[in-house]
Amino acid sequence: MPFVVELIISLLIVISGIFLLVGSFGMLKLRDLLTRLHAPTKASTVGLGGALIASMLFFWVERGSFTIHELLITLFIFLTAPITANLIAKAYMLLNVDPNTELPPSNQDEGWSTFDPIGAEGYDPSEEYQEKET
Amino acid sequence: MMKRYLPHPLLTLSLLVVWVFLVNEISAGAVIFGLILAIVIPLITSSFWPGRPRIRNVYAICEYVLIVMWDILVANVIVAGLILFRKTESLESKCVVVPLDLTSTEAITTLAGTITMTPGTVTIDLSADAKSLLVHCLHAPDAQGVVDDIKDRYERRLKEIFE
Repeated sequence: MPFVVELIISLLIVISGIFLLVGSFGMLKLRDLLTRLHAPTKASTVGLGGALIASMLFFWVERGSFTIHELLITLFIFLTAPITANLIAKAYMLLNVDPNTELPPSNQDEGWSTFDPIGAEGYDPSEEYQEKET
Repeated sequence: MMKRYLPHPLLTLSLLVVWVFLVNEISAGAVIFGLILAIVIPLITSSFWPGRPRIRNVYAICEYVLIVMWDILVANVIVAGLILFRKTESLESKCVVVPLDLTSTEAITTLAGTITMTPGTVTIDLSADAKSLLVHCLHAPDAQGVVDDIKDRYERRLKEIFE
């Protein structure tokens, strides 16, 4: 294996290792769930990407077999990671966040869908709920 | 006829490509089995995909992917700096509201996913009439700047691609 390729592969692995480490450190350091959600997005983009590109290069140059599986891993991560993050955030908001005081208003006719799930023409159960309370 | 048996030609094509990539060889067996999957899966799931997104500008997709990748790289370094060198208390985490000009569901989903994958911002919620996104920022002293950035860099380009 030529020296330059070896150098590139090791650089990529070191960089991805650093970002994975910082991502995990962020999980420890940050306090509440919403800010913690930011840490895994770092790990799953540059951290994972660097390792996958290094793996592709290594098998291509060293073994002579070009695999495309690494690209597929990236694709699946990019398809699934936002959904996971969104569902975790929604669950957290339903449990811990008061939509009237802690969230900015949506500036539209309807509120945020987690708390106000019925759309523009639909029936809105939260109004009935408020009437009962008052 | 075409619409009935191939409700989503683009989905069919991408499923075929993904299957061939998974098998990691271009052989008759892989392509034929990929074709079977690529025709059957869109048929079974077609009730989940009522609309058919129209992609208007293929060149704009490449530009969008490159810009998002570059932004992810830059934002990674910035967020790593925030995590390592800032005290947790001094981070100004807050939610910002991004009003949407996009109307197609596919475009809004792509935008929300892009915002989440860019470090430092996570999409939390969508307003019930799909006209605003709620975005949580790790450190945003200038909330309006974040909104303008998202609208100018991503939303404008997605509008070119989808609408």
